[in-house]
Amino acid sequence: MTQRIESWGRYPKATPAKVTRLTDRDAPLPESDRPMLVFGNGRSYGDVCLNDGGHILLGRGLDRFIAFDAEQGILRAEAGVLLSEILELIVPKGWFLPVTPGTKFVTLGGAVANDVHGKNHHRAGTFGHHVRAFELVRSDGSRRVCTPTENADWLAATIGGLGLTGLITWVEIQLRAIEGPWIQAESRRFANLSEFFVLSEESDRQHEFTVAWVDCAARGQHLGRGILLSGDFAPASAGQGKHPRAHGRLDVPFTPPISLINPLSLRAFNALYARKPERRFLTHYEPFFYPLDAIGHWNRIYGPKGFLQYQCVLPPESAETATRELLERIAASGQGSFLAVLKGFGTQPQAGLLSFARAGVTIALDFPFRGARTSALLNTLDAVVVAVDGALYAAKDARMSQLGWGLSTPRLEAFGDFIDHSFVSGLWCRLNACG
Amino acid sequence: MRGQQVLILGGASAIAEQVARLLASRGAALYLTGRDQARLEKIAADLRVRGASRVVIEPLELTDIAAVGGVVGRAQESLDGLDTLLIAAGVLPEQERASAEPALLREGLEINASVPMLVLEEAARLFEQKGRGQLVAIGSVAGDRGRATNYAYGAAKGALEIFLSGLRQRLSRRGVKVLLVKPGFVDTPMTVEFKKGPLWASPERVAQDIVRAMERGRAVIYTPWWWRWIMLIIRHIPEPIFVRLRF
Repeated sequence: MTQRIESWGRYPKATPAKVTRLTDRDAPLPESDRPMLVFGNGRSYGDVCLNDGGHILLGRGLDRFIAFDAEQGILRAEAGVLLSEILELIVPKGWFLPVTPGTKFVTLGGAVANDVHGKNHHRAGTFGHHVRAFELVRSDGSRRVCTPTENADWLAATIGGLGLTGLITWVEIQLRAIEGPWIQAESRRFANLSEFFVLSEESDRQHEFTVAWVDCAARGQHLGRGILLSGDFAPASAGQGKHPRAHGRLDVPFTPPISLINPLSLRAFNALYARKPERRFLTHYEPFFYPLDAIGHWNRIYGPKGFLQYQCVLPPESAETATRELLERIAASGQGSFLAVLKGFGTQPQAGLLSFARAGVTIALDFPFRGARTSALLNTLDAVVVAVDGALYAAKDARMSQLGWGLSTPRLEAFGDFIDHSFVSGLWCRLNACG
Repeated sequence: MRGQQVLILGGASAIAEQVARLLASRGAALYLTGRDQARLEKIAADLRVRGASRVVIEPLELTDIAAVGGVVGRAQESLDGLDTLLIAAGVLPEQERASAEPALLREGLEINASVPMLVLEEAARLFEQKGRGQLVAIGSVAGDRGRATNYAYGAAKGALEIFLSGLRQRLSRRGVKVLLVKPGFVDTPMTVEFKKGPLWASPERVAQDIVRAMERGRAVIYTPWWWRWIMLIIRHIPEPIFVRLRF
């Protein structure tokens, strides 16, 4: 049986792959004459989860919990369990994910394989830093339990290893204790990029969670204006008598013929958003961490051609000038990004050999795919990132250059020893010799 | 539904596992039987994490009539009580093979109909005595009318429907509810070889419908709901026309 697999960016389009649904974590990997790749819930953007004409192992079928120690906050579950399913289980018991990306609809295995980060990177590092153990199954039939002390080299290769070291069957993570589901949040405006850097540093010292939104359409003296959102879990007393707003889940039921994100809608949205008042507010964790999860299939608004995400990290010493350069190039191109997110990363050593997050400032952007124009713009952004020895995020990439890849993965050679040669991905084939 | 004590026959089936997850999250105690012990153990661990107050498993081959006898009593004892029986065991024999191999035809009828009937009777006696309880069985839209491609399966599911209808009438004044669930196409390991289309539903969706129908004490449900209307039409096609149709 073959199936067309789609990533969240819906670009590039993959040719149909043979698919097998995994259902038993103790079963051996299927025999296959094609290169394999595990596909979780399809929330990575580019081609890191695609395998053109190969063999896709659908990982969502591995969705059982294995053990939960509600005293110590230690959870072991199969790798296809979604973070949303974990939250449903743990939040009522006073626990939260140690690190969460901007969507809760990713699998546990995907969170490990892409070593995802969140709004608390400056304090907690990446998801991989909180992995206590996992099991890795290889195409040669071997099984390894990897922990920070046992098979630690396999652990480091597999965290952020883009699914290329084999199948992760289960993962055990250390959770973070919370008193309740409420976040005490604050939004503050900054008028330009210099103000962002001052505000961000101050905010990182005071708050567990920080992230900023930037108006990509603004130029000149307004360049880099935006809103910084910060927050901390509120004490148990804070949310008493409050109930999460029961908002119906919206859905984009079909793909419009053209992208609804265009220069006009973009400028209007950004101008309005930039005028949002500053405020302090108590909010449920859902809208704080997962605002876009409230809209099903939001990726469809970009139309049939899909969209490209672009996320890079810029080293601390050149962060401000390079960010300014990026924003200027975007504004000049007229192809603003609907969501432009800025965040200061902490200085923890990376959890995995290929982990993306590292000291500096990260900027995430998305662009409707408009063919050569979009590619040209992203290439000019690459030039800025490369010039300052920055790095690009594989989980969001569909087009980076060899040079960009090399800079992003300084430990690529060491990683080579751990690759399972029966596994491959679209991204891997594009950036490395394959097949 | 807190504190429910449930015996699930065929507890490792995809639909049963999803139903069990919903019941577990409400603190139910569960007794699961199935063929594959390792699989049952994994399911049991998962259900405990999801909140089940107790999970007991019993490896059981439904064709082994002697072993099946007394399963209701064993579940009642292990869980310190029993108020719900869910029959989710089933096999889907390939019609061509079932037509050619008598043993396969017979096995299908046993697993899909006659063995469930024996267990239903055993539970009916217990629930009748207690004056409360719920019997639930998963039938199929295939039991509504025999079709060339799956009448061996359909006949067994149809028999189960008539059996449950009789039980329901018998127990209606005894405080015992009887529910027949008729799923349409469900994307499970049983149907892995079928080409899927828009009428297919996930086991999660079907399980939600089942649990809602259990809560409401319903008698017969189709899941997803549209099958009620599809089958209404199919059941009313006159026989001379029906025999000429190919679907």
